[in-house]
Amino acid sequence: MAYTEEELKKELETKEYEYGFYTDIESDTFPEGLSEEIVIAISKKKEEPEWMTLWRLESFKIWKEMVEPEWANVNYKKPDFQAISYYSAPKKSDPNKSLDDVDPELLEMYKKLGISVDEQKKLQNVAVDIVMDSVSVATTFKKTLAEKGIIFCSISEAIKEHPELVKKYLGSVVPQKDNFYAALNSAVFSDGSFCYIPKGVRCPMELSTYFRINQAGTGQFERTLVIADEGSYVSYLEGCTAPSRDENQLHAAVVELIALDDAEIKYSTVQNWYPGNKEGKGGVYNFVTKRGLCEKNAKISWTQVETGSAVTWKYPSCILKGDNSIGEFYSIAVTNNFQQADTGTKMIHLGKNTRSTIISKGISAGKSQNSYRGLVHVGSRAKNARNFSQCDSLLMGNECGAHTFPYIEAKNKTAQIEHEATTSKIGEDQIFYCNQRGIDTEKAIALIVNGFSKEVLNKLPMEFAVEAQKLLEISLEGSVG
Amino acid sequence: MLKINNLHARVEDKEILKGINLEINAGEVHAIMGPNGSGKSTLAAVIAGKEEFEVTEGSVELDGENLEDDAPEERAHKGIFLSFQYPVEIPGVSVTNFMKTAINESRKAKGLEDMPANQMLKLIREKAELLEIDRKFLSRSLNEGFSGGEKKRNEIFQMAMLEPKLAILDETDSGLDIDALRIVANGVNKLKSKDNAVLVITHYQRLLDYIVPDFVHVLHNGKIVKSGGKELALELEEKGYDWLKQETVA
Repeated sequence: MAYTEEELKKELETKEYEYGFYTDIESDTFPEGLSEEIVIAISKKKEEPEWMTLWRLESFKIWKEMVEPEWANVNYKKPDFQAISYYSAPKKSDPNKSLDDVDPELLEMYKKLGISVDEQKKLQNVAVDIVMDSVSVATTFKKTLAEKGIIFCSISEAIKEHPELVKKYLGSVVPQKDNFYAALNSAVFSDGSFCYIPKGVRCPMELSTYFRINQAGTGQFERTLVIADEGSYVSYLEGCTAPSRDENQLHAAVVELIALDDAEIKYSTVQNWYPGNKEGKGGVYNFVTKRGLCEKNAKISWTQVETGSAVTWKYPSCILKGDNSIGEFYSIAVTNNFQQADTGTKMIHLGKNTRSTIISKGISAGKSQNSYRGLVHVGSRAKNARNFSQCDSLLMGNECGAHTFPYIEAKNKTAQIEHEATTSKIGEDQIFYCNQRGIDTEKAIALIVNGFSKEVLNKLPMEFAVEAQKLLEISLEGSVG
Repeated sequence: MLKINNLHARVEDKEILKGINLEINAGEVHAIMGPNGSGKSTLAAVIAGKEEFEVTEGSVELDGENLEDDAPEERAHKGIFLSFQYPVEIPGVSVTNFMKTAINESRKAKGLEDMPANQMLKLIREKAELLEIDRKFLSRSLNEGFSGGEKKRNEIFQMAMLEPKLAILDETDSGLDIDALRIVANGVNKLKSKDNAVLVITHYQRLLDYIVPDFVHVLHNGKIVKSGGKELALELEEKGYDWLKQETVA
């Protein structure tokens, strides 16, 4: 995905959210509102087995008893959960059909998204699953992967084809009652990706999912489950976009990762949901629960570049259950205009010699508020646990805010926990210095921001890093001077 | 090459430059000396186009072209280089990456393609050798954790890379020990040619032992009060600035 300076310039000139188109595809959308009947109807629509329907109903029951959390450092008008449609699917899609049968309008949309569900991806060695509104519409490379015993399909398909795996692991890391949004997701999730890497297999390509909200008035509740069996390795990427709409749209996803003994999962996200317009109108509410479980010697690495959404509430976490397991969290969160982000991680050290690293880079511009919230917990059994956290904030202008809320709970005396935090501001002196060397202000900001984010950008797979850099530049366009 | 006519500039309500006249030709080295607060650094910043200063009267011309409407980066593209007294840090951006961006931005302004990577590499090697700069230095974040000497040497390295028409050295000697001073001055001397010009701004004469000026100007209270040859610098060193202050008052 190489891009030229010219292309970059063009994009900088436009500065509006570039994924804000809406594709007119005939959809099958449920009426607004949530009830047992809707939950049952979703399950029925997806032709799910009875155990799944019951699991959903149980989740719904739990959710009804819960209240929306209010502790995050964000302010927004709470969604009316009865005014959302919980299921919307492009009519012509049928997961069993090949790509050739996919609605041409859909394919056109993927082109706009820069997703080429064709040879181009083959060259880049990325297998893609695309989830539009509620349904997975295309999964590429299934055959190549199947030869290695790797399962990569939509979660709906997995429920039908691999019920033993889904039954065993679904909700094992993020239980239904975990939190308000996780319970809601468990009741109404409509699709998402499923991935299983067998013992000792190194997945030969990046696995990728693109999420897209298209229909108005719908929520997106996807569910992702990644299981890396003993000694296996997988790198997983997800990207998200939505049309520009005046009303707020709800996105409440759950991602569960399971890394069995000696396995490694690298999970990268480039989140670019519609952030709302310059006056703070519209935008996606991104309330997401992501958590991974590490068994013995396993490693889970979360990397996220968060540039979109009006409100973000998201804490990709690691439960370091097995001895010698490793958790990592690398994050860049950008907020501009009226965006609000409360994001961070939880590193739960349970096993001996467990290690975790947290590198968080928050960039705030406009009138936005950007908070890092992180927990490092060391359990009583976790001898010699080690954590290193670094939280850096970069401010642009005088009207934005950066906040850091680190929580530390150490129940074992041998724990070593380090926390470093810095706050800096892009100064006029820095800009003038760059200007004097012939670099204009927009480019100077991009350079400074990229430098600030480098440690995290370096963790992304190559083609994603380029996209992420470009996104950072677009998100911050016009924020200084 | 550079022609400054009756230049007046102020910051907020305070007038700092009060009618500067100065002409610099290609191949010349000029030095501007003066006590603290005389307007030396302001003059450098105004030539470079820093926006916090407002030019209220007069003009700065480069090769007969008035720079009035040019943004700082456009002035840089035209060949003005300022070696900063206090170079800023840009964490995470390597010296190499910074130079690559600067050079390609200038080329873009001239309608040229990006410099091919191998050519860039060759240029970097050449200039690093010329200035005896360890190449490991080039991968470090720009000015982050640099010593005073390293910062100034990095400025001269950038000057070498960008090959400006006019290089303004703003208090390049401040904060340098004698060895660092010699290295930096040698670098400047190696870069001098009949096609470019250097404007050295300094408080002390010692830098001028190494970078020998053709002309020395004394700035006091926003005006050039005396001009002469290199011997003027020695005279100032001996008598101090008070002598001149008294002379101008009288």
